[in-house]
Amino acid sequence: MKRNLPLIFAFISGILVVISEFIPHRPFSQMVSTLQDWFMIIAGFAIILGQISLFQANLAKIKEKKSGWYFYLAGLLSFMLMLVIGLLWGTQEYRGLIGHGEAIQGWLGSKPFDYMFDNAYMPLSATMFSLLAFFIASAAYRAFIIRSFESNLLMITAVIVILGRTSFGGMLTAWLPESFKFWHLPNLSDFIMEYPNSAAQRAIMISAALGIIGSSLRIILGIERSYLGSDK
Amino acid sequence: MSFAGTFGLWMAVFFTFSIFSFLYKDNPFYKFAEQVFVGLSAAYWLVYLYYSIMLPNLFSKLISDFKGNLILLIPAALGIMMLMRIIPKTQWISRFPIAIMIGTSAGISMVRYAKSDLLSQISATMINPFAAVSVSAVIGNFLLIIGTICGVYFFYFSKKQEGLSAVPSKLGIWFLMISFGASFGYTVMARISLLIGRLEFILKDWLHIIK
Repeated sequence: MKRNLPLIFAFISGILVVISEFIPHRPFSQMVSTLQDWFMIIAGFAIILGQISLFQANLAKIKEKKSGWYFYLAGLLSFMLMLVIGLLWGTQEYRGLIGHGEAIQGWLGSKPFDYMFDNAYMPLSATMFSLLAFFIASAAYRAFIIRSFESNLLMITAVIVILGRTSFGGMLTAWLPESFKFWHLPNLSDFIMEYPNSAAQRAIMISAALGIIGSSLRIILGIERSYLGSDK
Repeated sequence: MSFAGTFGLWMAVFFTFSIFSFLYKDNPFYKFAEQVFVGLSAAYWLVYLYYSIMLPNLFSKLISDFKGNLILLIPAALGIMMLMRIIPKTQWISRFPIAIMIGTSAGISMVRYAKSDLLSQISATMINPFAAVSVSAVIGNFLLIIGTICGVYFFYFSKKQEGLSAVPSKLGIWFLMISFGASFGYTVMARISLLIGRLEFILKDWLHIIK
């Protein structure tokens, strides 16, 4: 029961969705709509499970006093702070459990959740991703020193696309006569994006779709069961 | 500026410099900012989930009309069964909601990808290359057809590609490299624009050096 019943559940729910695509009428359409609503709610609980797991992992590191445990404590405290203020006073669009917190809004200038979002989460997120600009530059350097035809192709395309999307790129090739307008960097960049890039993206999409269809069939038919875990 | 505004500004500056300090080397300021970022992100998405999914689809409906929405107790129960995964002895109970989720998403993905990514992309590639207004567009159409076929061929791993049969595969790699280069270029530009945004924040909002 512990293994076979979940497999039957997966088969029924998967096959219902597929059938409803071919017979978009009652009762299948209604059943699938209900199933999709349930899916959203269960997925919500799955995210809660992930958050609890993160909380537990950090708590364990703090309890065991692993090296740098105080950083994990800072992570937990920031998690609790953002969660509590979000639930108590809500967000810009939603009312919290104890209202909108007009008094605290008057003092902070916005709801506490939005204050933390604007002054902590957003700067952290933007800076963290902007940091990648430096690492991308070093990755580009490494790609250049490989000196294979493929790596050169990658980097030359990248340079053309970058220059073609900036005013500097347009300026660099502005002197070219009208008969050579194809070689203007913005035009060349557009051509690359429209044709060779689209071709490769299509190849990836078609191949990935074939893979996804195959693995979905394996899951629905119960051939793929690794998601059930082991019996231990 | 109010005290809360000034405090918020300095907090943002502190976190910005703490993250940038990683460019020198790993240090306690970066580690602190990194963990705070993890905590804030997790809580942000949890709050977002509560207000946009759980509240309108489950809690509000059950509170406003419990008898009329009794059926919602099934996904709620399945959700609670999912949380049983936390306790080792009751982990197996979570298999039921996981199976429903995996089965539903497999069905949805199968149909969606077959329609949007497989059939529509194949039909979009079946074009008359000469039906274009300019020479460059005709060449582009040929590149589109050849690139798509060779790219798909590259992903065919059931037979060893050697000799003549390796030629389309090699062409496929070239097209893929061009595409990766374009994606790389776009990523660089997106990251640089974020970097410019952070520098603008420091120089304009904090130091008032630029206007």
